[in-house]
Amino acid sequence: MGIDPYEKNWMRVSILLLAVFFAIVTIGGFAMGFQVSGVSDEVDPRTLAQSEPWANPGLREVAPGEYEAYVVAQAWTFNPRVLEVPVGSKVTIYVTSSDLQHGFKVTDTNINMQIVPGQVSKLVYTFDTVGEFPYLCTEYCGKGHATMYGTVKVVADSGATNSGENGSTTTVGNSSNGATTEVSR
Amino acid sequence: MTVLDQPDPQAPLAPTRQAAPARELTPQERRFVGWHMIVAISALMVGSLMGPLQAFEYSGVDIYPYIEPIIRSYYQGLTIHGVLNALVWTTFFIVGFTNLTTMRGLQRPLSHPRINKLGFWVMVVGLLTAAVPLLGNAATVLYTFYAPLKASWAFYLGLTLVVVGSWIEGLGFYLTLWAWRKEHRGVRSPFIALGGIINAAMWQIATLGLAVSILTMLLPWSLGIIDAVDPELSRTYFWFTGHPLVYFWLLPAYVSWYGMLPHQAGGKLFSDSLARLSFWMFLLVSVPVGFHHQFVDPGIPQTWKWIHAGLTYSVFFPSTLTAFTVIASLEYAARKRGGTGLIGWVRQLPWTDPSVAAQLLAGILFMFGGIGGLTNASYNLNLVIHNTAWVPGHFHLTVASAVTLSFIGITYWMVPYLMGKKLWGPRVALVQAWVWFVGMIVFSNAMHVLGLLGAPRRTPLGEATYVPEAWNGNLLRVSIGGAILLVAVILYGLVMIRTAFGPKVAPEEVPSVPIAESIRHPQLTPVWLDRFKPWLLGAALLLIIAYGPQLVDQILNMNLNAPGTDFTPW
Repeated sequence: MGIDPYEKNWMRVSILLLAVFFAIVTIGGFAMGFQVSGVSDEVDPRTLAQSEPWANPGLREVAPGEYEAYVVAQAWTFNPRVLEVPVGSKVTIYVTSSDLQHGFKVTDTNINMQIVPGQVSKLVYTFDTVGEFPYLCTEYCGKGHATMYGTVKVVADSGATNSGENGSTTTVGNSSNGATTEVSR
Repeated sequence: MTVLDQPDPQAPLAPTRQAAPARELTPQERRFVGWHMIVAISALMVGSLMGPLQAFEYSGVDIYPYIEPIIRSYYQGLTIHGVLNALVWTTFFIVGFTNLTTMRGLQRPLSHPRINKLGFWVMVVGLLTAAVPLLGNAATVLYTFYAPLKASWAFYLGLTLVVVGSWIEGLGFYLTLWAWRKEHRGVRSPFIALGGIINAAMWQIATLGLAVSILTMLLPWSLGIIDAVDPELSRTYFWFTGHPLVYFWLLPAYVSWYGMLPHQAGGKLFSDSLARLSFWMFLLVSVPVGFHHQFVDPGIPQTWKWIHAGLTYSVFFPSTLTAFTVIASLEYAARKRGGTGLIGWVRQLPWTDPSVAAQLLAGILFMFGGIGGLTNASYNLNLVIHNTAWVPGHFHLTVASAVTLSFIGITYWMVPYLMGKKLWGPRVALVQAWVWFVGMIVFSNAMHVLGLLGAPRRTPLGEATYVPEAWNGNLLRVSIGGAILLVAVILYGLVMIRTAFGPKVAPEEVPSVPIAESIRHPQLTPVWLDRFKPWLLGAALLLIIAYGPQLVDQILNMNLNAPGTDFTPW
């Protein structure tokens, strides 16, 4: 069909470029751990408040330095609003919604999940830097959306107050350090 | 050294029927296209006036309280902005423009004009139906209407009617092309007609997702027939339609870039074959890419997300073809006008023609939009940019620039053509295009940066309680960009109104439809680039392979368990 030789080369370069990009994201995602969330668990949003672990969201230490965080998103707050972990902790974060779609993006980290009622979003992340990392609701969920956030506090040493006895459960919820703006419905 | 060093190809021996003067649209046909444009341009004006209000809010200038009786919140304004600009302006413009390219390209009337009239009025009824809850703050769900945000049933019904109306008009286009082919056996379909009709076909496949979502879940739910919905399934349905939607917007701009702009610039289309190839590739790969909007969704396996990442990269390929062919066509034009140098020929393009300038500027912004689009396709990079201000930053370079600024450029010849007038204030129109260009650069760059810093999209950041100081400079730049764009919108309105109410002029002063000839005669284009069947079959197969298993799985495991809130959340 008479393709110009320059255009043929352009097509080759385009395909090569796209192939290289695809290889990079594939290696990054499946071999180096920069991975998006996949299928985790399903829940019934109507009975969320009566079913464990969602009835008592918060942080649980499952092994030394390893935590599970359960966060419920609802219009227009996260429960809990503060997650405090010692630096170096590996945290498996589970988030679901009891009402509408929400977002869960922890600033300056690779944690970013769409939160959909009926589904549990899950990501594993190791917090290697001390500091405060706000988690923002990134999906429109009504008039209080812009006030919906919480904070991951990564603290310096492993003697953090919330690591209870081995295997015990400590819930850090509704701390006054989180968002305090109440939006009336 | 140039791509144009090759000798001119031989003139073909195939039959040509170009001897008679071109058939222009009759006054009735022009009026019919014009009705689409009146709705489209009105929607763009109203929708675009909402945009700056959002941009100003970012730096704390909240105008919404002052217009409270009309628009009750940032989110209602944002919903109207999105629905009018991204759905109404685009759809009405595209369907109207495709009427024009079909009739003018094929040089024949519509075979069944009543079908197209019916389609148009169904679209209008749909728009009016949806407008009632939108203006009444009963559908403040943004233009993605993610369930279980529950809008009034009239919103879902109205959207459905707009889509169904566009299907009916699409049927009118196919029948017309079919009739033309019976009259012209063995002749390649004219490119501008074929391109528009390929787009209509792609749109019909793509909108099946939206139709199923609304008819099986959202409409019955909003009417109280079912109590709850499956939000993840509704997302999958939505993005089945939602990404090809952007190609539905883009392809008419490509019709102009390939099939019209080269003529306006004084040249020819560089390659008819590759123009067609890129359109067929869009038909093939536009649809099975939707999971790249759901990279960070729960309930969808990583493997499917990764497959769609690969397919999204592949849909980038026809756009790189377009970049080459369109730029080569423009270079051919500029060199014919005396342009020289590796890049210097660009200056010889007719930059003083507002229609050309608008489309060239649109093309420049689209290069940046394309780069951002590749980022969006890049699987795990979505962890950084998903649902951030980067995303609206990106699509203001694509739909709001590549598409909208091109469409604006098209109206600079089309509205005079349809109305038998001259464009009022060509210099104002030229300034308008540049102001849009500059405003969009300022706005969009700041939005991209904000997104990388972690700012959520479509959030009134002026009132948000977590905004760090580091964002302030960029928030201000968003507002400045919005202010510049407001000027561009007002200028556009001025040019359109003054043109529409200007005096009729002599026929020779009215612009004609610019149609670019191909350097190589279209008869040299292989037949397989002129046939729907193999490409439709390929598209269906690819869809079944790339969407089928996951879609069937989600439908079989459907859980209608999300009722939403028991209060109105906005």
